[in-house]
Amino acid sequence: MKHVQQQYVSKTASQLKPSGIRKFFDLASQMDNVISLGVGEPDFVTPWNVCEAGYASLESGYTAYTANAGLLELREEISSYLSEQFSLNYSAESQIILTVGASQAIDLAFRAVIDPGDEVIIVEPGFVAYAPAVTLAGGTPVSLETKAEDEFKITRESLEKVITKRTKAILLCFPSNPTGATMSEAELKSVTDVIEEHDLLVLSDEIYAELTYDETHYSIARVNGMRERTILISGFSKAFAMTGWRLGYVTGPEKIISAMLKIHQYTMMCAPTIAQHGALEALKSGREDLERMKKSYRQRRNFLVKSFNNIGLSCHMPGGAFYAFPSIQTTGMTSDEFAEKLLEEERVAVVPGHVFGAGGEGYVRCSYATSIDSLQEAVKRIERFVKRRQQA
Amino acid sequence: MNEKEIEILEILEENARIPMDVLADMVELSVEEVEKTIKRLEEQNIILNYSSVINWDKTSGVDGVAAMIDVKVTPKRDVGFDEIAERIYRFPEVKAVYLMSGAFDLSVQIEGKTMKEVAFFVSNKLSTLDSVLSTTTHFLLKKYKHDGVIFEPEKKDKRIVVSP
Repeated sequence: MKHVQQQYVSKTASQLKPSGIRKFFDLASQMDNVISLGVGEPDFVTPWNVCEAGYASLESGYTAYTANAGLLELREEISSYLSEQFSLNYSAESQIILTVGASQAIDLAFRAVIDPGDEVIIVEPGFVAYAPAVTLAGGTPVSLETKAEDEFKITRESLEKVITKRTKAILLCFPSNPTGATMSEAELKSVTDVIEEHDLLVLSDEIYAELTYDETHYSIARVNGMRERTILISGFSKAFAMTGWRLGYVTGPEKIISAMLKIHQYTMMCAPTIAQHGALEALKSGREDLERMKKSYRQRRNFLVKSFNNIGLSCHMPGGAFYAFPSIQTTGMTSDEFAEKLLEEERVAVVPGHVFGAGGEGYVRCSYATSIDSLQEAVKRIERFVKRRQQA
Repeated sequence: MNEKEIEILEILEENARIPMDVLADMVELSVEEVEKTIKRLEEQNIILNYSSVINWDKTSGVDGVAAMIDVKVTPKRDVGFDEIAERIYRFPEVKAVYLMSGAFDLSVQIEGKTMKEVAFFVSNKLSTLDSVLSTTTHFLLKKYKHDGVIFEPEKKDKRIVVSP
């Protein structure tokens, strides 16, 4: 029967590799007393006023579809938010679509711009969904490997090396999941002329923009000449601790956005209405909560990164997101071995770096979106684990 | 007051038992710097005390009642409300005294072993003070949240253990 079923699964779906994260999820969920640094979402619950706004919308009977692009009032709020926070100007009427998480925005963007044979550059180590999303849209993902010595930023040289005449677009995600890397205005400007010269489109996933700790976030869309060739993707999940609400948005050049809207209206109709009402409240009065959470992440980052370096796992200071990406090369283990043994022996869950693509081997991703007490205990356990290896 | 000092105060207010080396790493200072800062804040009476929030309802053998009393007083020339407030807060059974805006002047929180004990305090000690015009006593029935701490917290992390 299984064999018969398999024949119905498309070649594309069959060839899609399951995410390497899955294995650790299965292992860790069967164990007790696990401290998980493997979670890719905030440890805060959604601020109460946002939840209240969600309840209130249900009570008022807002249970129907919204416009395909989302509530106009919310798009207007996003438009002024982008302008105030990031000096970006986009029209609420014609340039913003609310999506089901930033994930759907990524999928829409690839489907709207990729023709068969097009290559899309994916910065790695990177979020696990990018390359499969390119493949599903009929394109070919091409990996741009970033390195610890460059603090996992892209450089002119690394970019030029992977561009071919079939390259159509590049996907950037800064601050980065999993490395926490950020790119400053100057660093972005050192690569944008290469992008222009090769006439590439940029998909910029800036979902972690608000969680930038040492400098203010600078969007690539602000660089001269980039606005016309940048699709900007963001959402409410990370900044406002709203992952389960599934609400993201995308903005960019009108022609591309309207192509995306066509796909969106056939495949999704609209983003969840209740989430849109919550998001409206988040933008109107969520700033204080956001700053409070951000401060707390920054403190925990400082502690965790210092601790890793102290116990001999060298780790660059990530400028954003909520991940530390320490090197485990001194232990002589692969990232898979390290993560598996650490879980088995010390009950600490981390994600092996290789699942994030090229350049990830030799590292593990540790989320510091967990309480400072748990982080202290996790560091103790990891230290014990590492010491045992060094003695052996 | 600089940013680091405020950050230290915020962290301590939430958890006064945090180890010094952890606190130092969190605010990117050395342990010595943090200790010096805390000492200074203590000397300036900015940090007054390190106390615990305890749910006495869960203990056995320790019973007590608490009440909040709205007190109307006549303020005095030159010292305003401060003098009468001091006369009230010096009683050890008084846990808190606030000057309020609105229908009354002082909000007084008191704790006693029994209702009778609280009633005795109100009628014999508080009401008899010269400047006190009237009192309204509200007994506290249940504490849900105190000083930002929820009394029956949900400890469980509702997130899945590993996610991308």
